[in-house]
Amino acid sequence: MRTDVRAVVWSVGLGALLLATIAVCTAVGPVDIAPTAVLAAILNELWLPTGARLTDGAVRVFGVTLLPFGVGLQTTHPFGFHVAETTRVIVVSLRLPRIALAAIVGFALAAAGTVMQGFFRNPMADPSIVGVSSGAAVGAVTFITLGGVIPFVGAAVPFGIEGAAFVGAVAAAFLVYTIATEGGRTPVATLLLAGVAVQTFLGAVVSFLMVTSPEGTLQRAYYWLLGDLGMNAAWEPVGVAFVAVSACFLLLLPFTRDLNVLMLGEEDAHHLGIEVERTKRILLAVSSGITAAGVAVAGVIGFVGLVVPHAMRLVVGPDHRVLLPTSALAGATFLVVADTLARSTAEVLPVGIVTAAVGAPFFLFLLSRREVHAL
Amino acid sequence: MIDVDGVSVSFGDATVLDDVSLSVERGTFLGLVGPNGAGKTTFLRAVSGALPPDAGTIALDGDLLDELGSKAASRRVAVVPQDTAVSFGFTARDVVAMGRTPHRGRFEPSSREDSRAVDEAFARVDAEHLAARRIDELSGGERQTVTIARALAQETPILLLDEPTASLDINHQVETLELVADLVADGKTVVAAIHDLSLAARYCDELALLADGDIVATGLPESVLTRDRLADSFDARTVLRRDPVTESLGVTTLARQPDAVERSVHLVGSGSVAARTLERLVGADTTVTVGPVAPGDALAETASLLGVETIERYPHEPLDDPTLTAAREAIDGAAVVAVANPGLVAGDDRLYELLAGRSPLVVVEETGDRQPAPERAESRAESLRLRGEATDVRGVVDAVGRARPLVEADD
Repeated sequence: MRTDVRAVVWSVGLGALLLATIAVCTAVGPVDIAPTAVLAAILNELWLPTGARLTDGAVRVFGVTLLPFGVGLQTTHPFGFHVAETTRVIVVSLRLPRIALAAIVGFALAAAGTVMQGFFRNPMADPSIVGVSSGAAVGAVTFITLGGVIPFVGAAVPFGIEGAAFVGAVAAAFLVYTIATEGGRTPVATLLLAGVAVQTFLGAVVSFLMVTSPEGTLQRAYYWLLGDLGMNAAWEPVGVAFVAVSACFLLLLPFTRDLNVLMLGEEDAHHLGIEVERTKRILLAVSSGITAAGVAVAGVIGFVGLVVPHAMRLVVGPDHRVLLPTSALAGATFLVVADTLARSTAEVLPVGIVTAAVGAPFFLFLLSRREVHAL
Repeated sequence: MIDVDGVSVSFGDATVLDDVSLSVERGTFLGLVGPNGAGKTTFLRAVSGALPPDAGTIALDGDLLDELGSKAASRRVAVVPQDTAVSFGFTARDVVAMGRTPHRGRFEPSSREDSRAVDEAFARVDAEHLAARRIDELSGGERQTVTIARALAQETPILLLDEPTASLDINHQVETLELVADLVADGKTVVAAIHDLSLAARYCDELALLADGDIVATGLPESVLTRDRLADSFDARTVLRRDPVTESLGVTTLARQPDAVERSVHLVGSGSVAARTLERLVGADTTVTVGPVAPGDALAETASLLGVETIERYPHEPLDDPTLTAAREAIDGAAVVAVANPGLVAGDDRLYELLAGRSPLVVVEETGDRQPAPERAESRAESLRLRGEATDVRGVVDAVGRARPLVEADD
């Protein structure tokens, strides 16, 4: 079958699986809601635009003015099933935002992991390899532990903890890239080692901040570090993350064939007409961006970016034209399921614990069954 | 087609290419030969654009390489690197299809033209059976074939190959070079680094001898490969001769003797033991004269290949006086006399007389190869063995170094 057809078929199938998973997982929770009621509630929320007009009042996201005027959409809701108001609130305002966030973050991490593993030609590469997660951790933990103590820190960061994490992530990636670049060339081995060194250093910074943290902030910082989808389970951060992640993903898609050729080695890729250094720069920047967006809203969630691309490579093969979209969709599905497990536990665990607990044995299973020794 | 002008490349302090200039005509098969570390791979990397030179320019068809950009350059030059990375999980067909990258836009799906080029590339290297196999499950030779197919799918006028025969058995070496020669006959311009001088001489239209970062000679194989140049560039003693089967130049490298002996030697004897002794002595940079020896003898043939001064004799006849005189002069002029197969030598009365009282003497015999001699000859041989340094062929250079004049004057 032609590669592009294969990509579409797999993507449509996995997309359908994701939607089904979302519907099932929305039904799970402390209050029993039948899946049919979930479906009805979701369908009731669907709307179609019928017109638009300018309104007074500005468009604001996270308190930042994007447009000086408002846009009022005239809409119509095509479905009108009977759904109890409590059910509607639970599904639409409580559960769905969190599930949507899980899907977006899982999508982002798996996409970034796929790109990083191909880019580094290394099976142990994951989205945080260039220091993105560590940088985000420093940003977020600084905000959590010092935000209350030093008023300036809290006030100066526009998007609060998410903004601090995003800035930290991007700064760390840029730092690693700068360290590893010499004379316009960025050898991946140097990048890998610089990433390890910077991660180690930033880990020390995070530990220091936590050890010296003021009373009452430690648990919050710790939850953040383990990855927690509960803290941003509202439609506004979901919207921002959705826009950022989709934009990055659309930028990655045209580079899937270049990624394939890069797997032959950089010199061969050059001989085949790839502008190697430029392509590497773009791939690194965009996949760091997509990771930073995911980590900023959900904290550090491990193993999704490592295990999901591996598993999908065994299923659909190494061709990134198929692998990138399918990994991203599978990552979304995986994180939705993992987070449903996490919030179903009595303690409401951080989802990072679940992904690691499920991901590590699965990874070992892959190791024992197939050759994951070499990528 | 390819114009390299004053190209220099350094890695840190080490200059790998120093002001190298070279032109390759369209439709030429140029073989790049030279010792390890001469800069052959670096030269190819510079021509392919993978390694921008520190100084100098490279032009392809009149256009400067560094102004072409990666994509345009890869439509003109295809490269078959020495070791191809194992690219996990892709099928051979996937890999060869990647050779079409230079011809496709970022959003362009693969065209019918692309799949035709891939099919043709597989057919050309006769590897259709490999197309569906995973590249990481192929043998080194098969992977090499797939890499050549990938380069052919690129449909470039220029093809660069780095040691295309290095990992292949003798059959596939020849098959690969036959294929490359066919491609050249079809109009491609090829530059290939080739280790094996005989193969290079056999298949290339021209050779460029690269040594110490510079091109020492270019031209027809016969004019580039000379004993003196090979001695300078490779630091090796070689024998050059026409191969009777391929009629191309054959290069045989002599065993290298670690300790050169600066004593002149005159070698007397015949047969293969004497011939191998001569090879060792020449390999050790010793000045050697040979004879008397009959034409057609293994020693005479080797001496003529190695360009060693030889005194000839008529076969199956006693030594005549002029030959005897010449032999006596040579023996008197040499610091050491080496006798190979003393049993045979001692059987010849006049020859044995020449050796009487001569010292220092080295006696070369292979114990497994000792010729049975008549009783008188055997006792004479025994006396030669007693007076000289007895050795086998491998130890002859050491023995020449050790051999001393006899202290007691017995004549």
